[in-house]
Amino acid sequence: MENLIDAFFNIDIMRQAAPLLLKGAWVTLQLCAVVILLGLFGGLGLALLASSRSALLRLPSFVFIDIFRAVPPLILLILICAGLPFMGIRVPPFAAVCIAFLLNNSAYFAEIFRSGIKAIPKGQMEAARATGLSPAQAQAWVILPQAIRNVLPDLLSNVVEIVKLTSIASVVSLSELLYSANMARAVTYNSSPLVMAAGLYLLLLWPLVRVISRFQRGLSISH
Amino acid sequence: MDFLDAFLNPEIIATYLRPMVRAVWVTIWISVLVVISGLALGALLAGLRAYQKRWLSWPIVLFADLMRALPPLVLMLILFFGLPSIGIILADWFVLYLILTLVLAAFVEEIFWATMTSLPRGQWEAGAATGLSFLQVLVHVIFPQALRMNIPPLVNRSLTISKMTAYGSVIGVKEIVSVAGSAQAFSGSATPLTMAALAYLIIFFPAMLLSRYIEDRFHYEH
Amino acid sequence: MTAAQPLPTLEITALEKRFGETQVLRSIDLKVRNGELVFVIGPSGSGKSTMLRCCNRLEEPTSGAIHVNGKPMLGIPRRDLDRMRLQVGMVFQGFFLYPHLSALKNVTLAQRKALGRPRAEAEARALEMLDKVGLKHKADAMPSELSGGQQQRVAIARALALDPKVMLFDEPTSALDPELVGSVLKVMRDLRELGMTMIVVSHEMQFAREAADRVVFMDGGVIVEEGPPEEIFGNPKSDRLKAFLSRVSGEAA
Repeated sequence: MENLIDAFFNIDIMRQAAPLLLKGAWVTLQLCAVVILLGLFGGLGLALLASSRSALLRLPSFVFIDIFRAVPPLILLILICAGLPFMGIRVPPFAAVCIAFLLNNSAYFAEIFRSGIKAIPKGQMEAARATGLSPAQAQAWVILPQAIRNVLPDLLSNVVEIVKLTSIASVVSLSELLYSANMARAVTYNSSPLVMAAGLYLLLLWPLVRVISRFQRGLSISH
Repeated sequence: MDFLDAFLNPEIIATYLRPMVRAVWVTIWISVLVVISGLALGALLAGLRAYQKRWLSWPIVLFADLMRALPPLVLMLILFFGLPSIGIILADWFVLYLILTLVLAAFVEEIFWATMTSLPRGQWEAGAATGLSFLQVLVHVIFPQALRMNIPPLVNRSLTISKMTAYGSVIGVKEIVSVAGSAQAFSGSATPLTMAALAYLIIFFPAMLLSRYIEDRFHYEH
Repeated sequence: MTAAQPLPTLEITALEKRFGETQVLRSIDLKVRNGELVFVIGPSGSGKSTMLRCCNRLEEPTSGAIHVNGKPMLGIPRRDLDRMRLQVGMVFQGFFLYPHLSALKNVTLAQRKALGRPRAEAEARALEMLDKVGLKHKADAMPSELSGGQQQRVAIARALALDPKVMLFDEPTSALDPELVGSVLKVMRDLRELGMTMIVVSHEMQFAREAADRVVFMDGGVIVEEGPPEEIFGNPKSDRLKAFLSRVSGEAA
């Protein structure tokens, strides 16, 4: 028992590692803010293309969405960081993570937005067009607000997934939360910093996970 | 020319094709195991929760919350580096398998539970009225419906978590990313990385199309 | 067209509509005068809804011409089409209120975005129209808080607020519980008193009898017979109309 506490919950080591971890947590927060925004806008754009009536716009966006949902973000990230230098392009880790996440997240967000748009009854578009709104206006003021409200739980759970996913940035040595914790583990030969990092992730994500559970229950009852 | 040489060099493809194919099998096997045991464990947990005993529900909810809120990579590192210091040594692939299974089970449990609470009371009562035991109602009436209603989210979640086998590279499992990574380091070419990306495309692109087809068939009822 | 004849508010000329192999409308000609209420009856699948939906191009006609106040609806750029659609109000069977907006916002949206009216003006106009359909007190209600009849009346106000030249009603009461039909018909009757030009596709024969200036009977994608209601209902000429009327009165009895 003492052994266990010493290996995973060593207070002294946690105290030592705290400044480093907090710095890492700050990087994680910044990273989240950037990649979530990028993903949301990229996804919305893609979803609009994928919902378009022109096959010329629709098809490439579907291919894009499916390719980047099929390839794990980790391999994308490694390709960008380790592959691009072979072409003489050197990308700083933060930018590399942003690019990889943009590709991956917008594909996921696009699927969510698209299913929301698809679920809006056709009559809504017709009613809007019949009152003289242009297709873009109808999309912006009638379809999207409803679609977004309907998929809010899915958007939220994707946000949680993205926050968790930022931990893969540690693989390309971006000093975010997990990277810092793993550094501290390597230096102290003790896993307590990792447990502490887990605690910080929990602090951030547990409330969101609770909200999502509540959401799912509320929705399913109204079905 | 430069591009092809760096990213799709035929010689390097030939050299590393065998190990890559082996790595693909490792990825597929672990994925399949994870999906089977994750679905089973998740269903089991949801079933236990249905008994509505506080001492059972509480730990299950806690487990599901933790597994959904914590990054799997963090969990894997804690197990992989932490357990040996208290004398437990697990194989790298087993750590990967275990964590992904637990994470999938947590999501499956939540999906099933949400459906079970939303099924009309009459479903439970009709089962009971025809003389089925609680367990029989669960297995023969409730689960089949929960499964059918949730095929799209279950398929999507299973695919997402299968792709997380790539995290195995961080703790040395000889799956696609890890083999491609060392091949890249040895050969000094990005070609193995391209091969890895293509391997994932070959495995998961059809799966994506399949999930899209399933989603269209089992269309969301909003 | 001679100078003595005023321009029809809505003119449909040789309208054809095909869905793939199926010919839904064939050579439809219809002129609706200013202030006239034209009632369209016919069995389901006769093409009456499709004709209505062609009038503001929710359905794309295969050939023919449609003019509103002498201006063409077909073969015009999209921007002009949006402007022309403002002149043609439409009321749907399924209401299609925007569920995320209050009654008032439902009525102001197109006024502001499509007509470019300032907010205050749009809201004043919306309240005026909601008053006209008897729902001024529900301005802040969300659609989900309104009954079907109330939703349909808000939908009518939404179309009216854009000052259309003609109003199209596509089975406006078919989705309503019987006890709510009256309130919607009353609004339509009031509109007629005020001189609104209207085309109504509906099964409310009683309403047609008392309110219509002219009744058009469609079957198989053509106009079979048209005339004043007393002619159509009292003295039907074609066998198809006779059969239709006896079937409908049989159902009603």
